[in-house]
Amino acid sequence: MPEFEVWNEQRGNEVIAAFVQEEGAALPMLHALQQTFGYIPRAAVPMVASALNVSRAEVHGIVSFYHDFREAPPGTHVLKLCRAEACQSMGGDAIATAAIAELQIGWSETTPDGRITLEPVFCLGLCACAPAAMLDDKVVGALDTARLSALLENVRQA
Amino acid sequence: MRPRIYLSRDAGSLALGADEVETAILAAGRQRGLDIEIVHTGSRGLFWLEPMIEVPTSAGRIAYGPVRATDVGAMFDAGLLDGGPHASRLGRPEEIPFLKRQTRLTFARCGIVDRLSLDDYRAHGGFRGLEQAIAIGPEATVETIVESGLRGRGGAGFPTGIKWRTVAQASAARKYIVCNADEGDSGTFADRMIMEGDPFVLIEGMTIAGLAVGADKGFVYIRSEYPHAIDVLARAIAIARRANCLGKGVLGSRYDFDLEIRVGAGAYVCGEETSLLESIEGKRGVVRAKPPLPAHKGLFGLPTAVNNLVSLASVPVILADGAAAYRDLGLGRSRGTMPIQLAGNVRHRGLFEAAFGMTLGELVDDIGAGTASGRPIRAVQVGGPLGAYFPRALFDTPFDYEAFAARNGLIGHGGVVVFDDTVDMARQARFAMEFCAIESCGKCTPCRIGSTRGVEVIDRILRGEKRAENHALLTDLCETMRLGSLCALGGFVPYPVTSSLTYFPEDFGLPAPFASAAD
Ligand SMILES: Cc1cc2nc3c(=O)[nH]c(=O)nc-3n(C[C@H](O)[C@H](O)[C@H](O)COP(=O)(O)O)c2cc1C
Ligand code: SF4
Ligand code: FES
Repeated sequence: MPEFEVWNEQRGNEVIAAFVQEEGAALPMLHALQQTFGYIPRAAVPMVASALNVSRAEVHGIVSFYHDFREAPPGTHVLKLCRAEACQSMGGDAIATAAIAELQIGWSETTPDGRITLEPVFCLGLCACAPAAMLDDKVVGALDTARLSALLENVRQA
Repeated sequence: MRPRIYLSRDAGSLALGADEVETAILAAGRQRGLDIEIVHTGSRGLFWLEPMIEVPTSAGRIAYGPVRATDVGAMFDAGLLDGGPHASRLGRPEEIPFLKRQTRLTFARCGIVDRLSLDDYRAHGGFRGLEQAIAIGPEATVETIVESGLRGRGGAGFPTGIKWRTVAQASAARKYIVCNADEGDSGTFADRMIMEGDPFVLIEGMTIAGLAVGADKGFVYIRSEYPHAIDVLARAIAIARRANCLGKGVLGSRYDFDLEIRVGAGAYVCGEETSLLESIEGKRGVVRAKPPLPAHKGLFGLPTAVNNLVSLASVPVILADGAAAYRDLGLGRSRGTMPIQLAGNVRHRGLFEAAFGMTLGELVDDIGAGTASGRPIRAVQVGGPLGAYFPRALFDTPFDYEAFAARNGLIGHGGVVVFDDTVDMARQARFAMEFCAIESCGKCTPCRIGSTRGVEVIDRILRGEKRAENHALLTDLCETMRLGSLCALGGFVPYPVTSSLTYFPEDFGLPAPFASAAD
């Protein structure tokens, strides 16, 4: 389970500073911020902009272009369910419906207790092990509704 | 010697429980006073048999799979380490028909070697290609790739040697090799398997590419959905640097080459080569108009060879065994082998590397052994989310770039996704449009707006509103997108939509074409 730090400017500066020398630093920098804080804090945007010598609007444009970057903190756990064709062919839609029903949230939402964020993903390269998902950094294949429930139960208890 | 067990740590194997099996093996060994050596390999690509393990015996390796962690104790008791009996015993892996019928060139080592051992890599033919390239020099290396007939495995099928020649002839202070490991197509995982199972072959292939075109720096752009691949490749790069397989004077030659990994951020369009370059440069992944070609003005405005990972990983064997050996395989203008990925609802799902030319029917009925669900196959989508859905009537199409194109399809990166008769093709068509709307880079109107309109029009057809008119509208829209889009995202998304409409009209509540002609 990933442990994120609470946003603070000094830490943010440290993370950003590690990449300023790189060519095309924006993505590595934003990935590092998200790995540290779990999302791209609004307050980090002007800091990234000045480190990269671009406008805030430009940084905002980058953050919003890429599906990975979150603009709000995620839950303690993130469940990514594959929504793409190979998983569809093996009943992925039913898994998604079950997850939504069980968690009572929509895509990219977090349960009210802050435990789980549900995100769609388009292919995990596990198309020969479909339906596939990723819970935090653990990959899961051959999902059925029973395995899904077991996964969610584990997370609730952890 | 410690008793040894080979275990795949491919993400697919992990997703099916390889970690638990490894823990069980170590525990069972400890209980029996055995200090088991677990060798981490990639996957052989027989995912319906994963988690798969192999033990070395005097008769060669013996494979078991799918292995359940709870079976491991009993397997030890039955003499696992000597290849003893068990319900999951598969015998010699090379004799399993799915493997035996393949021609493994690019994937020759995957699933066999310790993925992070340079000694193992060398012992299985590694670096013969790079040594040859160093011996014959850049020009002859480029010409070898031209002669081999290798075409880009990322989808467009452009001749790799010609691309390299263009970059080699460009004069610039710096040039780059970019490996496209964005692998966004559903149904594909060949790039991932190489990175996790034989990462040194990619390093070798990129180094050869660098030598050939005169580039001393390469980037591997890997999608963020592949954390395991990123981890293994990063470790392999560090190992290669320490052994002087990367860096100044690679393998003691006069050529320098080094590599850097860049991680994507969940945008499908960033697999398109110019969008990918924008992304490495730190920008939004908006597609660039061509010309200029990346070969002339690519990364940071400098000449760049952008190649798919499988294209690059196929280079070492071509140099090692010669262009003719590769070119002699295949069909028509599709030369050599293609790692075909059988995915979705198919019984034998996994990676099947074979010379071009097998028919789609042979692949899904014979090699794939039908659906996993046991129901009849209804449709097969080849080539990812922009590929056409083929009905059984088209199963005689040979796996070949031109043959698929002639039937308004594409082979793309070699993904084959099988659907049984419970599939709703109108839903699949709707999904294609929806996916395009989600992933469009926004540069052209037909793609950005047209895809959202496409979803709406399909919804109207499904609700039974003015079916015939909306059908005509959808056909028009597809034509507009096909002709008015800058890249293949908007330009090819009509393939899955139109093929669904043409071959499965009943799913849209539309009359079958022959029936309507009759009345
Ligand atoms: C929307 C879109 C997505 C693409 N995704 C990939 C991809 O994930 N991997 C890839 O190698 N090529 C992809 N391509 C093709 C690349 O633009 C390019 O043709 C390829 O990287 C060139 O390498 P190759 O000649 O070795 O195939 C994509 C193209 C488009 C239009
Ligand atoms: S077709 Fe779509 S993805 Fe491609 S350049 Fe145009 S808007 Fe971007
Ligand atoms: S389609 Fe779900 S993992 Fe590839």
